[in-house]
Amino acid sequence: MHNWHSAADNRRARLERAASLGVKKVVTADATTTLLTAVLEPFDRVCIEGNNQKQADFLARCLTQLDPAQVHDLHMVQSVLALPEHLDVFELGIASKLDFSFSGPQGARLAKMVSAGQLQIGAIHTYLELFSRYFVDLTPRVSLVCAQAADAHGNLFTGPNTEDTPAIVEATAFKSGIVIAQVNELMDTLPRVDIPGDWVDFVVLAPKPHAIEPLFTRDPAQISEIQVLMAMLAIKGIYAEYGVQRLNHGIGFDTAAIELLLPTYAESLGLKGKICSHWALNPHPALIPAIEAGWVQSVHSFGSELGMENYIRQRPDVFFTGADGSLRSNRALCQAAGHYACDMFIGSTLQIDLNGHSSTATLDRMTGFGGAPNMGADARGRRHASPAWLKAGEQARRGRSGVSAMPRGQKLVVQTVETFREHMQPAFVDKLDAWQLAEQAHMAIPPVMIYGDDVTHILTEEGIANLLLCRTDEEREQAIRGVAGYTPVGLARDKRLVENLRDRGIITRAEDLGIDKRDATRSLLAARNMRDLVRASGGLYDPPKRFRNW
Amino acid sequence: MEKLHFDLTGQHMPAPFAPVLVGVVGSGNLEVLLEPTAAAGCTLDITTSAHGFAPIWQAVVEDFQARHGLTGVAVSINDMGATPAVVSLRLDQAAAALSMKARA
Repeated sequence: MHNWHSAADNRRARLERAASLGVKKVVTADATTTLLTAVLEPFDRVCIEGNNQKQADFLARCLTQLDPAQVHDLHMVQSVLALPEHLDVFELGIASKLDFSFSGPQGARLAKMVSAGQLQIGAIHTYLELFSRYFVDLTPRVSLVCAQAADAHGNLFTGPNTEDTPAIVEATAFKSGIVIAQVNELMDTLPRVDIPGDWVDFVVLAPKPHAIEPLFTRDPAQISEIQVLMAMLAIKGIYAEYGVQRLNHGIGFDTAAIELLLPTYAESLGLKGKICSHWALNPHPALIPAIEAGWVQSVHSFGSELGMENYIRQRPDVFFTGADGSLRSNRALCQAAGHYACDMFIGSTLQIDLNGHSSTATLDRMTGFGGAPNMGADARGRRHASPAWLKAGEQARRGRSGVSAMPRGQKLVVQTVETFREHMQPAFVDKLDAWQLAEQAHMAIPPVMIYGDDVTHILTEEGIANLLLCRTDEEREQAIRGVAGYTPVGLARDKRLVENLRDRGIITRAEDLGIDKRDATRSLLAARNMRDLVRASGGLYDPPKRFRNW
Repeated sequence: MEKLHFDLTGQHMPAPFAPVLVGVVGSGNLEVLLEPTAAAGCTLDITTSAHGFAPIWQAVVEDFQARHGLTGVAVSINDMGATPAVVSLRLDQAAAALSMKARA
């Protein structure tokens, strides 16, 4: 007789092992390694909640303290490798296989460990892709998650940084897995319930509050005049041109400059109400002046941002908030929103090749993808129309026959880069470092962040290349060379062809848009420093200490 | 410091103008000074903290002159490692001030 509930039986056995050691639902910090040893088995798939922002750092540390003779060959399935402990488990022989999305701060060490054979990588995913696999073939057996507070029943309050928690817990709890949550405090009554207690098996009171990073704060004082010029080009040449209302901005000073030019430059062009009303975006402090000037109708967020809590609380018409007043973020749902319901993604990158493929992977750093590929890809499953989407689709399909003649829209995917990065590193290259990285790490395909056939525009200080209008590979290559400035790729342009592309509106320069470069000064920024942002928020924004210089 | 000199021909003579100064000498930035000169064409004298970028400077100033075609103008540049993007922006900002004066 086949056992159709072996996973549930196994789950019960694990819980009984924990109970026999005296572990109750609410666990003290010093009993945590006992708990982990009791519920983990070799070769388990384990998720440590490591998001962009909050980190289940205490549980991650406890995992490194287990005896590899008892717990070994774990298969880690987690979105972000942010902490040293996330890689320590592989060095210690506790884990051996990894499926992940993003490894920002650990990227260099990860590349080293992979080439030394210290761990095996299943695949590098986008966030949404990894979450999806939690529900197909990478379902965690045990998940170590993170919340602000819990009550005695195990109900969790995440506070504004809900982030990945719902996706992880849902996949684990409903497939006979075990969910352990680290919390900052125990409360009799929670402000709101973000995760129901019967989905949570154990609650650990951490010795200190979980780590959290203000990743999306950009000090306006560091925005350059070139970034102001590029923001003017973006607003007049793309946002206004397509009437982009629903969008996602990548992280960085280029996009912060655009946010800070909405109430000034864009307002002077009469664009208020015509662009930038609905966002899939973390609560960027740089968006405060635009919100205060009445530009923004709604913002849904992947996670929160340190210091923005009170501002968000006082602006519930704009942000998604709970009955308690604080933000409810959700990375999986915001990724879906950015993919299906936004008409534009604009973000920066490190390298772009002659086909428009772009990558943030450079030699000896395995950084992963995060969410950019989901934001920066045409949503092939999209069926609703909007003016911006229809116009981009019309440009891509104009004059084409056969299967391409069917009317259909396209997402605007804009890559914005200065032609040279710091230390005169060219952003345009003949061949992406990703090819060599793929070879070094034995990856099946080069790690490309945004594929060239998804990129619709490349924006540099030299102008805008509209790839939607290119009809041949040669036109595409010259359009890219034509905005690549004085990089070797740019200097190798065919000047006659590039001028022809400019005549046809495939390349647009500042002067073609009537932009006077003398206007590209920092005085155009709605906030010129952190203090201006605080002032714009009416004192509600409370920047982390490291951003306070007054 | 590396010193570079370029002589380029041009056809647009601006109206008489007082020297134009844009930018500042600071890290990653530069100072551009335009002065009237009796000589024909446009001369550029560049002092830069970054060595070995003469071919890029040449391309930048040739493109500048292709855009503006100045004659009777001497350009002096003090550069502290600005990217070509910043150099072009400053040159265009300086030239824009010129033509405005010429119109006035």
